[in-house]
Amino acid sequence: MKTATPARKIDSFLDQEYSAGFETLLEADTLPKGLSEDVIRVISAKKGEPEFLLEWRLEAYRRWLTMTAPKWAAVDFPDIDFQDIVYYSAPKKKDGPKSLDEVDPELLKTFEKLGVPLHERARLAGVAVDAVFDSVSVATTFKKELGEHGIIFCSFSEAVKTHPELIRQYLGTVVPPSDNFYAALNSAVFSDGSFVFIPKGVKCPMELSTYFRINARDTGQFERTLIIAEEGASVSYLEGCTAPMRDENQLHAAVVELIALDDAKIKYSTVQNWYPGDKDGIGGIYNFVTKRGDCRGARSHISWTQVETGSAITWKYPSVILRGDDSVGDFHSVALSNHRQQADTGTKMIHMGRNTKSTILSKGISAGRGSNTFRGLVRIAPKAEGARNYTQCDSLLIGDQCAAHTFPTIEARNPTAHVEHEATTSRIGEDQLFYAMQRGLTAEDAVSMIVNGFCREVFKELPMEFAVEAQKLLGVSLEGSIG
Amino acid sequence: MLDIKNLKASVEGKDILKGLDLQVKAGEVHAIMGPNGSGKSTLSQVLAGRDTFQVDGGSVTWDGQDLLAMPIEERARAGLFLAFQYPVEIPGVSNAYFLKAAVNAVRKHRGLPEFDAMDFLTRVKAEMKSVGMKEEFLYRAVNEGFSGGEKKRNEVLQMALLEPRLAILDETDSGLDIDALKVVADGVNRLRSPDRALIVITHYQRLLDYIVPDHVHVLSQGRIVRSGGRELALELEEKGYGWIGDAGEIHAAPPAAGGAQ
Repeated sequence: MKTATPARKIDSFLDQEYSAGFETLLEADTLPKGLSEDVIRVISAKKGEPEFLLEWRLEAYRRWLTMTAPKWAAVDFPDIDFQDIVYYSAPKKKDGPKSLDEVDPELLKTFEKLGVPLHERARLAGVAVDAVFDSVSVATTFKKELGEHGIIFCSFSEAVKTHPELIRQYLGTVVPPSDNFYAALNSAVFSDGSFVFIPKGVKCPMELSTYFRINARDTGQFERTLIIAEEGASVSYLEGCTAPMRDENQLHAAVVELIALDDAKIKYSTVQNWYPGDKDGIGGIYNFVTKRGDCRGARSHISWTQVETGSAITWKYPSVILRGDDSVGDFHSVALSNHRQQADTGTKMIHMGRNTKSTILSKGISAGRGSNTFRGLVRIAPKAEGARNYTQCDSLLIGDQCAAHTFPTIEARNPTAHVEHEATTSRIGEDQLFYAMQRGLTAEDAVSMIVNGFCREVFKELPMEFAVEAQKLLGVSLEGSIG
Repeated sequence: MLDIKNLKASVEGKDILKGLDLQVKAGEVHAIMGPNGSGKSTLSQVLAGRDTFQVDGGSVTWDGQDLLAMPIEERARAGLFLAFQYPVEIPGVSNAYFLKAAVNAVRKHRGLPEFDAMDFLTRVKAEMKSVGMKEEFLYRAVNEGFSGGEKKRNEVLQMALLEPRLAILDETDSGLDIDALKVVADGVNRLRSPDRALIVITHYQRLLDYIVPDHVHVLSQGRIVRSGGRELALELEEKGYGWIGDAGEIHAAPPAAGGAQ
């Protein structure tokens, strides 16, 4: 008796392939594997960095040598051999492209294939893009238009050359090299990333976006992003990431620092789709990232929105330090783990100023044998009169072999604090699928309808094109999840 | 239209349907009655394609097609509708979104243009009015927090929107007060037409006062043991199922019952 059962249909649905998994063949300038002070000196020299930055890197490296990798996250993986990683790889070029015309056509094709066209004719309307390939930024679009507003949007390496004073003033002031093991490693070896500076009173007229692509084999990607919004400035920034499919695990340890001065607003959105490994857990990216925003000024506002569908392991807690009075921090997250993926993600809201407000909205989806952990910290400092936090953590389980965990921590040291926490766990049941299919929907449609309903509150925080992208991605990432 | 022959089905190794025969022609309303555990709900779930039930033998032909070989959603699109005894809640998905997706899936299959949001709203609001549902139910999650009566109205609403060719109502009357029962029955009666068939599964005769069947069947221990007209339902109400159970055992009506005919 052959009927398509909901269970069997969802199996095939959850097994869809990773579409960004191709590899680009390019000549690359790659350092040998391993890490030492010499390697750091070479990286710094290749980038023509000023002395202060080299010293900063070396200090971070020495600090890193004294630290051990954190073990507290609910993720399981073999110890990483940090001498078995390539710390610098860049597409080979003669003198570095002066304009897009000089960028290797293979590179342009790669980004085009990923839906990020860089050349003049096909640029994404209203979105300026900085494309980072392995260790370096290959192109930044709309630079001139942005420059007319006094906005600086360029690769980190370029900013080091053109605006060393800003780098010196702000680098490491939100995430100091000593912050944690991976932040220290990143500070020592970071290769490139994006730099954004929005001057006083300027509202950035378009979305800024960085697209990260890991291509080279055995290479770690350690990018550094620094965004500064001066008084009254505002910016919306998007980050996208993919990597080829490989059997080895690759390390991605980025640091993102956001600084908002008085009345400034920074909205940072991520759609993370690093290669998650195959359905048996072979390969995939280890995504160990430190992201933190500093609401340094009064009435400033920092908002993190993330859709995490990729990576074999995600270890990531975009946080906000609410230093300025009346400042606001938001964290909206959808994290999906399918097959053998493990995600330990969440946020920290550190309330220091008066009347500071934060909202945490976390949606975790576990499918296959995936494991999803929310880890949150809400800390209200003694001086944070009138601080408020609202936290909502929802978990959705698909199938019966996955796991969801929630570890909220609340430390309120001021009696006027108002902290609320709500949590739910639900499961997509066979009965729900049968019901929807009896009404004429396919199992795929039914699952994506339920999942999208579950994530709606987060998706509506994303810029529109990204919201569509995220919905599609979630559909793809879920292919094959109920068993 | 529907021809069920010697249908056998089990769940977790336990035989439930043990050779069931039933023929339903277009335009007819069949009532299936029987005590708890006789296999009424199993029959409806097997016809709709639920895989928790295993089909062990027999055949079901629907408009010349092998129904049992069709995927669940294909049966639905071809016009088979099951009004659930226990409608399922789907949190996070609005009723409007769910109904529109279902209606359009079915319309697409039938080669009709899909409804846009405006057409759909006009249509759904009219139907909601006739089943006595407030508009706010469109914007609530599917069946979530609905009372028993509201869930059943929502089933009838879906049935009206999907315009099935064969509708199976699985104990749609259970848990309804008399007013709700009338609303549900009105909804069903409005659907009666020469090209549409209905199978009404019920434990009680009461519903059949409002949905008058052409044929009544008594299901006992996985088989249809008696078939008759409307009067069979009344007889059952008078004498209870105990009597039918005996009849089922010996495959013939006892003399007393024969005399009453």
